[in-house]
Amino acid sequence: MNPSLLAGLVGAALVGLGLYGLIAHPHPLRKLLAFNLVGSGVFLVFGVVARRGAAAGYAFDPVPQAMVITGIVVAFAASALAVALILRLAVAGGDVSLDPQASGRRDDGEAE
Amino acid sequence: MSVLPLLDIGLALLVVAVAAWTIAARNLFASVLGYVAYGLLLALVWVRLHAPDIALTEAAVGGGVTGVLLVTAGKRLDALKATRSGAGPGLRERIVAGALSALVAGALAFVVASLPTPAPSLAPQAAAAAAGPGAGLGNPITAVLISYRAFDTMLEKIVLLLAVLGIWSVGADDAWGSAPAPLRRARPDGAMVLLARILAPIGALIGVHIFWVGADAPGGAFQGGALLAAMWMVAMMARLLEAPRIGSRALRLALISGPAVFLTVGLAGNILAGSFFAFPPGFAKPLILFIEAFMVLSVAVALPMMVAGPPDGESKP
Repeated sequence: MNPSLLAGLVGAALVGLGLYGLIAHPHPLRKLLAFNLVGSGVFLVFGVVARRGAAAGYAFDPVPQAMVITGIVVAFAASALAVALILRLAVAGGDVSLDPQASGRRDDGEAE
Repeated sequence: MSVLPLLDIGLALLVVAVAAWTIAARNLFASVLGYVAYGLLLALVWVRLHAPDIALTEAAVGGGVTGVLLVTAGKRLDALKATRSGAGPGLRERIVAGALSALVAGALAFVVASLPTPAPSLAPQAAAAAAGPGAGLGNPITAVLISYRAFDTMLEKIVLLLAVLGIWSVGADDAWGSAPAPLRRARPDGAMVLLARILAPIGALIGVHIFWVGADAPGGAFQGGALLAAMWMVAMMARLLEAPRIGSRALRLALISGPAVFLTVGLAGNILAGSFFAFPPGFAKPLILFIEAFMVLSVAVALPMMVAGPPDGESKP
């Protein structure tokens, strides 16, 4: 198996794992982490496209590689913004639940 | 028959196993530590794909800076005592989610295995940009980022600015203009301070070096800037430096300098070289280094400000 096919399969597995984590974890920071796994899986698949596009004397196609670098930067910026929003949610609501029912339910419990 | 294929398979299994750990780990901190290790391992996969520039970016950002971001966020949540996150989906939903995720991964694997041959490629255009009039850049990635797709790179820097603005704007109203909360509340012990004193100057030097060689070798403005940012954060974690007030004029100038210089040079290209973002022949390389120097500054300042978070009224002087 050549390295680029292998890396492509790893990318596919990462997307699957990240997607599962995004759905299954209730904690928003865990969701964010899982979403970053999906992102890096997509980048890896695109990296395989770059490797296969080797031409003009290069071992890779520089255009997709440059786009992946841009993508990693933008993904980080989005993650940082998400972290700020999650922390703001925690300050405003006292917890980090994304479930609109949860805070109401707990308020009832504390009133008893 | 070399040992390389076995190493490839071992690396692939390790990356997937560590990724699975970040999903399966019981607590957030363990999961974040897994993610840092995962970023570093992924950088090795990028090296195997002949992408050292991406490997540098992934190691610096995916492993390093994102790790600090998430660890800091976890600590701040703990300090708020906001650990309740509601119940997760039940077993049935988990099984359905797992099956659907596996289906998506399987479909993607099928697509990867059946990519067309010969693969489409923009490498000749990138080679033309690298060897373009007066450019003479040895690193085709830098040529694509600064010349062939200059507009994308300029907008990416503006995305960084927008993210910083977005983060600042979720702070409390009366905290506007003050400094973000320190990365660590407690004064760190001697080991952390010693590490920062020794590591930060060396790391900063390597960051500048990676930027400088980026025109001809793997590296460039973003990778160098990210390393400088990481060193600044190490110094902030050791409390040797404090995050600046967001109202500071020097901070704001540093943030906008990258995109502003890039845009100015791009507009000047309209007059001097005949089109937007065209570089005058024979003068392209010094101009590219000039733009990149300011982009390094912007990146090195923007990333730590994003990790530091919104302004915090408590640390107002």
